[in-house]
Amino acid sequence: MTNTQMMDTEVNNGVNVEALLGAREALDATPEAAQFKWRASSAWVNGTHTTTKIDTFFGLGEEQSRGKEFTVDTDHPEIFAAEDNAATPVELVLSGLAGCLTAGVATIAQNRGIQLNSVTATIEGDMDLQGILGIDDEVRNGFGTIRVNFQIDADASEDDIKALVAQSQKRSAVFDIITNPTNVFVTVD
Amino acid sequence: MKNTTTVIIGAGQSGLAFSKHLTAHSVDHILLERGEVANSWVTQRWDSLRLLTPNWQTRMPGMAYSGNDPDGYMTATDVAGFIKDYAAHTSAPVHGNTDVRLVSPFADGYKVETTQGDWFCNTVVVASGACNIANVPGFAGALPQAIQSLDLLTYKTPDQIGDGGVLVVGASASGAQLAKEIQAAGRQVTLSVGEHVRLPRVYRGRDICWWMDAIGLMDTHYSEVDDLKRARKVASLQLMGSESRANIDLNSLAEAGVRVVGRLQALDGQKGVLSGGLRNHCALADLKMKRLLQSIDQWIDAEGAADQFEPSEAFADTHLEDDTPLSFDLNGESIKTVIWATGYRPDYSWLQVPVFDRKGAIRHEGGRASDVDGLYVMGLPFMRRRKSSYIDGVGDDAADLAADLVSNLRRRAA
Repeated sequence: MTNTQMMDTEVNNGVNVEALLGAREALDATPEAAQFKWRASSAWVNGTHTTTKIDTFFGLGEEQSRGKEFTVDTDHPEIFAAEDNAATPVELVLSGLAGCLTAGVATIAQNRGIQLNSVTATIEGDMDLQGILGIDDEVRNGFGTIRVNFQIDADASEDDIKALVAQSQKRSAVFDIITNPTNVFVTVD
Repeated sequence: MKNTTTVIIGAGQSGLAFSKHLTAHSVDHILLERGEVANSWVTQRWDSLRLLTPNWQTRMPGMAYSGNDPDGYMTATDVAGFIKDYAAHTSAPVHGNTDVRLVSPFADGYKVETTQGDWFCNTVVVASGACNIANVPGFAGALPQAIQSLDLLTYKTPDQIGDGGVLVVGASASGAQLAKEIQAAGRQVTLSVGEHVRLPRVYRGRDICWWMDAIGLMDTHYSEVDDLKRARKVASLQLMGSESRANIDLNSLAEAGVRVVGRLQALDGQKGVLSGGLRNHCALADLKMKRLLQSIDQWIDAEGAADQFEPSEAFADTHLEDDTPLSFDLNGESIKTVIWATGYRPDYSWLQVPVFDRKGAIRHEGGRASDVDGLYVMGLPFMRRRKSSYIDGVGDDAADLAADLVSNLRRRAA
């Protein structure tokens, strides 16, 4: 579907659903093309400050280059005796969850013919620092609880809007990453 | 080798309905059944099982439930009795105690090898059911030896369970029913809940199955569905057939003392890891239930029939504790038995015909195999209609597919 056609449709959330559905059909027939690898490469700057660069990924059976590079910095705030050059890694995890769920809301709304006017979310994670500081072994390092609160203005009923958010969680990679375990291999060259 | 036009594999409701239609078309055929008619209803279900659907909905081509309790729910023994009566009523050519060992392409048809000799036929109907093997997750094998492990085929009664708490994995019809009966038998049950379909047993004075039938939902044709793949994977309805017609949702189970936890994601040594997505699984189920009940209300309004039914009802959203656990210890005293209520799958190990997709399912177009000529399947979820996997659904599907089979034979003869 071209952009012109998209403008013609009544609902436009800026998501090309036909292309996504086409991709789903194609990848169902060729599951090997559905195998993706996402990457990032990081370099320590100083103190708790790290810069991570993101460019290529693998998918559809070959290397994919965006032709540009994204840079994400992480650091810690001054109360951690750090320089506060950037957001903390855990705040980027929250950003990832917000970005993933919101992208899902927009896509599903488009597929269901629901026009979105605005979508905002506030997201908060509870963390007991006794975990990462090694004070109490029974306290985990990561978030104890995460709360996401969406405010959505859309041409749909309250329940239809809730259903968008529920379906978005069902199909969200980051929601799955956070709610379910993953095997992680960390090696040193 | 003996010859017949069509071999139907399985003499349950699907095979018998198909047989009835083939007889009407004067197609020479036999049914092969490894045990007796309705074998799996008798031997492969737990003791207390009742149909999810009310008795009046036990309708097959040419014969329907005729007892004095149309709103009740049959036991598995009653169902087997009904199906046996149907086999007699239709004089179905059933060859019992005949195990099918292999079905393979042969000449322009199929060779069916059995424990009672071989058959050659032009067409085959796979009516051996969708519930031959109990599904268990890949990590089930990692369960510590000390924990008793049961599944939907091996569980019969709470009496088989040793001391200690019980984890039931899966909260569709079977898991919810098992959780209820085992908790009632005095065991502490923990119920691990993933995606599920929540429904009230009775809405506005009628059985929910009556509504789904009345508003046309059960007759929805597979060609009318946007996302057929998803429709075919929808979990079984979280319902139970009981005299009290009670709901068996997570709220009622929690009230009965069942601990509701998230989907079991992994077994890690002595630890079970649960999903933190429980809230969303419940939110999805609550929203979908509301949507269905709304469409019932809309149907009533459109019919102008509000005075014939009880007023609209709302059901409380699923209540969850704030601190639902994310893991449990298999080493402690809390869980000594795990029951995998994680669905069933068909057994096609005897079917040596290239009809399968990469997941081992038969590729079919509304029950007609896509990749070979003259092979049909019956009774799969949403195969031709939403009701395809229900007893009430086999009649219409068999009528369609028998007609297709007859035109297939004519085409080949031409």
